[in-house]
Amino acid sequence: MKAFWGFIKKEFLHIFRDRRTLLILFGMPLAQLLLFGYAVRNELNRADIAILDHSRDEVTREITGKLLSSGHFQLSAWLESEAEIEEVFQRGIARNVVVFESDFGRKLIREGRADVLIVTDASDPNMAQILEGYTANIIREYQQEWQMRNRMAMSGVGGMTSGAGGLAASGIIPEMRMLFNPELRSANLFVPGLIAFILMLVSAFLTSIAIAREKEMGTMEVLLVSPLDPRQIIAGKVLPYLVLSIVNVFTVLVVALVVFQVPFRGSVILFSLLSLLFIMTALALGLRISNAVRDQQTAMMMSLAGLLLPTILLSGFIFPISNMPVILQYLSHIVPAKWYLIIIRGIMLKGVGLEVLWMEALILLGMMSLLFVVSIKSFKIRLE
Amino acid sequence: MSVTVKNIVKNHGDIRALRGITFEVTEGELFGLIGPDGAGKTTLFHILTTLLLPDEGDAHVLGIDVIAGFRNLRRRIGYMPGRFSLYPDLSVEENLSFFATIFNTTVEENYHLIQDIYHQIEPFRKRRAGDLSGGMKQKLALSCALIHKPDILFLDEPTTGVDAVSRREFWDMLGRLRVSGLTILVSTPYMDEASRCDRVALMDRGEILSVNTPAGISREFGRPLYSVTSGRRYELLKALRACTHAHSVFTFGDEVHYTDLREDFRPEMLESYLQQLGFDDVRIEQITPGVEDTLISLMSTQDTRDPIGDDNHGHKEGTNDGYNPAIKDS
Repeated sequence: MKAFWGFIKKEFLHIFRDRRTLLILFGMPLAQLLLFGYAVRNELNRADIAILDHSRDEVTREITGKLLSSGHFQLSAWLESEAEIEEVFQRGIARNVVVFESDFGRKLIREGRADVLIVTDASDPNMAQILEGYTANIIREYQQEWQMRNRMAMSGVGGMTSGAGGLAASGIIPEMRMLFNPELRSANLFVPGLIAFILMLVSAFLTSIAIAREKEMGTMEVLLVSPLDPRQIIAGKVLPYLVLSIVNVFTVLVVALVVFQVPFRGSVILFSLLSLLFIMTALALGLRISNAVRDQQTAMMMSLAGLLLPTILLSGFIFPISNMPVILQYLSHIVPAKWYLIIIRGIMLKGVGLEVLWMEALILLGMMSLLFVVSIKSFKIRLE
Repeated sequence: MSVTVKNIVKNHGDIRALRGITFEVTEGELFGLIGPDGAGKTTLFHILTTLLLPDEGDAHVLGIDVIAGFRNLRRRIGYMPGRFSLYPDLSVEENLSFFATIFNTTVEENYHLIQDIYHQIEPFRKRRAGDLSGGMKQKLALSCALIHKPDILFLDEPTTGVDAVSRREFWDMLGRLRVSGLTILVSTPYMDEASRCDRVALMDRGEILSVNTPAGISREFGRPLYSVTSGRRYELLKALRACTHAHSVFTFGDEVHYTDLREDFRPEMLESYLQQLGFDDVRIEQITPGVEDTLISLMSTQDTRDPIGDDNHGHKEGTNDGYNPAIKDS
């Protein structure tokens, strides 16, 4: 046992003396968090908008005013004709143009409906979708207000306008509300993904490199020719990274809660337990990689391509799995981060517990057990 | 017997690393494995230290089977791999105490074992192992291999990459350890180190060519050996190779070592042959064959037996000039 603690102590010395490891361990998660939090935003903040108003009446002025006062848009141009739209996009003056048809206000009052056209620059399709959504939402809101106002006016004035009745008849406006992330806050979306990524990075990536380094330097030979049990060598390598992973998760979580006001609706205990499960899965993966390679370089390449990329691309962290080709959707099933993401998004954003997430938890448990058995079995007690 | 090796065969894929190795090491002996790179020394050490399984044959260390008893054996052997295997980011002190802890002991408990060696590097105990010179690394690695009081010590090329002075000091230390009764196996590519061992095994391409005392090895040479020198060494080498009576010709530092096929050979015969070819500064001297001469001559005779012999070892019997590692550092 004393030998084991000596081993752990040595491992921590390695970690705290290697600037590169420290940077990956503590610098990278924080940098990622701030990067995603401030720079890689999916939410709108003063996007350039152009208005083409063929009507120029009270209603269109009010809608325009509402769009511009929302804080999401700023006016970059008033357009005179449809021909100018393309130019505005090409020159990058605006990414979103709102076109009101002529006689907009009058049509709305008389016929209960009027057409507004939202044109977006879809060269960035994600952005275009977001712009469209925000614009449509604001217009819809206005429509609701307008309706309320008119209904009150109607009851007050006593059915003076015939159109008002028509509008009331067609008055059900399809409501689209976004659940769990009503403001479409990207922080809520990326923080769970980031936690999964960081855990993969610290647990799998760093562990595989740490073991590969012993092989590369030849010190593994001496460790093997010592009374240390192979299981002690594995545990001694894995335990420090387990501890640091846990520290990292909570740091990221606290920063996310405090700085980006990400909600945490579910149970912290469940979150911790299932995170531990995911950490163990990642550690087992790192171990498996380090058993297969001889040097740090290969370990690094394998964990990058085999673990970190799938964690980013196939887990649903950045790209929704439902939008992927069928074959990639199947492939995503074997990515542990996918299940972990479902779990922590469920716990953090929806506040649900095991009654909903039991299947994902079981899948992770299965993966972890399998990987650990395979990794420990594949650990070589000799050189080949 | 401290080590008993019987007919060990080991293949790395297509490469036949060991082709039937048999030898014994008695208790308290300082035993050298001597041979060029690729002779199979490291593979043999890996098998004896339980790090590799042999394909055929069996080996016992301290009476324990290296395959079946590997767990027991690992507690009792000291092993210093070829590349010193220290942690460069840990200090001298930290390296030593780490290796002590994993063997369930402490530096204090066994300090007397390493005192002789360690006190030389103790002034640098706070320095990172990565910043040490080759000689100091070697001493630290030896201290680390000794700190748990092993019953047998395996040192794989401990003097490779170390300056001449440190090499000499190192062998002095091994000599003192031997006096204390420890069995030591050392491998080295340096022929001149053979004389420091009690017995040596000459290895080449996976085979042991001879096991003998250093003096016995020299006696195995069997022919009068001549050292030939001239200002034009390369031309001299070519001229000697072209000589029809040449038995073996190989370079040895600035000299060319030469043996002749003729029973009634006298150095004057060679001198006149060379003078005819225009060498006027030739010096010929009979010398006592060293371990390297014997190894090279053994390797050459092996070539004629062995049809697989590769180009490095000469096309004609005894025209080997590819191998002279002993010269570089000494």
